[in-house]
Amino acid sequence: MTTLQWVRYVLKPLVFSAALLPFVWIVLSAFNLVGPGLGANPVEALLDHFGTLGLRFVMIALAVTPLRRLTGLNWLIQFRRMLGLFAAFYVTLHLAVYVFLDQGLVVQPIVEDIVKRPFITLGMIAWLLLAALSVTSFMYIRRRMGKRWQQLHYSVYAVGVLAVWHYWWQVKKDITEPVIYAAVLALLLGLRVFWSWQKRRRSHVRQSTMRVSPSATS
Amino acid sequence: MLIRRPEPVKSSEITSESAYLSRRDIVAGLAAASLLPAAASRNASAAVLPRAGNLADVKPSDYSTDETPNSWDDVTSYNNFYEFGTGKSDPARYADTLKPRPWSIEVTGEADKTGTFDLEDIIKPHTLEERIYRLRCVEAWSMVVPWVGIPLANILKRFQPNSRARYVAFETLVDSKQMPGQRYRVLDWPYREGLTIEEAMHPLTIMAVGVYGKVLPNQNGAPMRLVVPWKYGFKSIKSIVAIRFSETQPSTSWNLSAPREYGFYANVNPQVDHPRWSQARERRIGAGLFAPKQATQMFNGYAEEVASLYTGLDLKRNF
Repeated sequence: MTTLQWVRYVLKPLVFSAALLPFVWIVLSAFNLVGPGLGANPVEALLDHFGTLGLRFVMIALAVTPLRRLTGLNWLIQFRRMLGLFAAFYVTLHLAVYVFLDQGLVVQPIVEDIVKRPFITLGMIAWLLLAALSVTSFMYIRRRMGKRWQQLHYSVYAVGVLAVWHYWWQVKKDITEPVIYAAVLALLLGLRVFWSWQKRRRSHVRQSTMRVSPSATS
Repeated sequence: MLIRRPEPVKSSEITSESAYLSRRDIVAGLAAASLLPAAASRNASAAVLPRAGNLADVKPSDYSTDETPNSWDDVTSYNNFYEFGTGKSDPARYADTLKPRPWSIEVTGEADKTGTFDLEDIIKPHTLEERIYRLRCVEAWSMVVPWVGIPLANILKRFQPNSRARYVAFETLVDSKQMPGQRYRVLDWPYREGLTIEEAMHPLTIMAVGVYGKVLPNQNGAPMRLVVPWKYGFKSIKSIVAIRFSETQPSTSWNLSAPREYGFYANVNPQVDHPRWSQARERRIGAGLFAPKQATQMFNGYAEEVASLYTGLDLKRNF
């Protein structure tokens, strides 16, 4: 098997199943079919589970590019879209639990929450961005968008920041977990900043040496 | 002509209304505390507080709601008790390190009978009552809990607070061996709470020692905790080791930690939102995955009993 076939027919289905497993587990727990169930406050438990999974998959999707660069395994890039879509999937479930189960689809308090409560405003913006990224993730849309596709998809960095911020502001007191996510995000984005700074410096050095060399020969 | 004004009566010489009204209770209390011969007390029913298991001679109360209580599992598995961790299931998981006996309570401040008292001696003279109360957490969830306890007023009066006692402050145990969550400075330990003397003496306010007819489990604040049903749950301080009568408003843990979000009063009020979430509705624990939220009531449904405590007070400002 070539690497391409190996990725396509073995690794991709495996990663897909693994990413879907938490969803299956949570749904089965909600109906008390596996594990200890969702506890005394199942709505809160669902919100927490799906929110956490959404956040983790945003981080995992953001880790693909740095991992590829650090390991040299170029085929890793083929998982980026799937992992990003799983992030959108779990964040959408998180939002759906909030809208349908937590708020019972009563419009006024939802609107009030979005307008009046900054952490919910942040979460909504993050979800809208993820929705835009998901809709434009199809190959033929990507081709048709040309250069603008990359520009739009840079907003995944904003999604990362918004998601961690949303979590941080929601926590009542113990910010240990939001701090951990913030540190991971800082590393993932920091690497990119460092690499692009390195690249700019290198090309700058190359340009200045080119300008210097003719005068040196004269 | 020289008019001599009478010497003003010192405030310490004035008997407060609550002290006046409670004079018979004090006599009964003293009798039961065996400071007076037992024969002098006619109806002292000594409450026995076993280390675990069922509580005997628990009297029903007219203050109980007829709403269906939450299950034992809900009440004892979904708790906020940061001394054992910040997760809701942490207290049930880790609170077995707490040793609720022997237990003593230090009483200080503006009262005539101060000192350190053994838990049994504090409870003994009183009759245990079952109080089925709504509990509304500041996080917008609620339960109905069948507490067993004693009106706090009956306990406090035995210490004979003086006229300067305008507030009562409470403290939880500090011992990171028994309460491992205290190794992390999530809050500034010890956990502290306080009430005005009127709130503390209100007949709805109880000192709980049990739930569901049984001795209080550790995760619910064993061996002795406050229950103030018209205030957000964090006012009902758990595992109390100190009571102080004070002339000035005591500092309270959540107010110290986030003064913009948690006030001294913390009365349940659907019209005053938490800065980060609405307090208009609440999720009733145990109602199931598809149950809608329910409207939060003013003073958690106890407005008829307690609203008069706050006449003239701006509840938006004094949240």
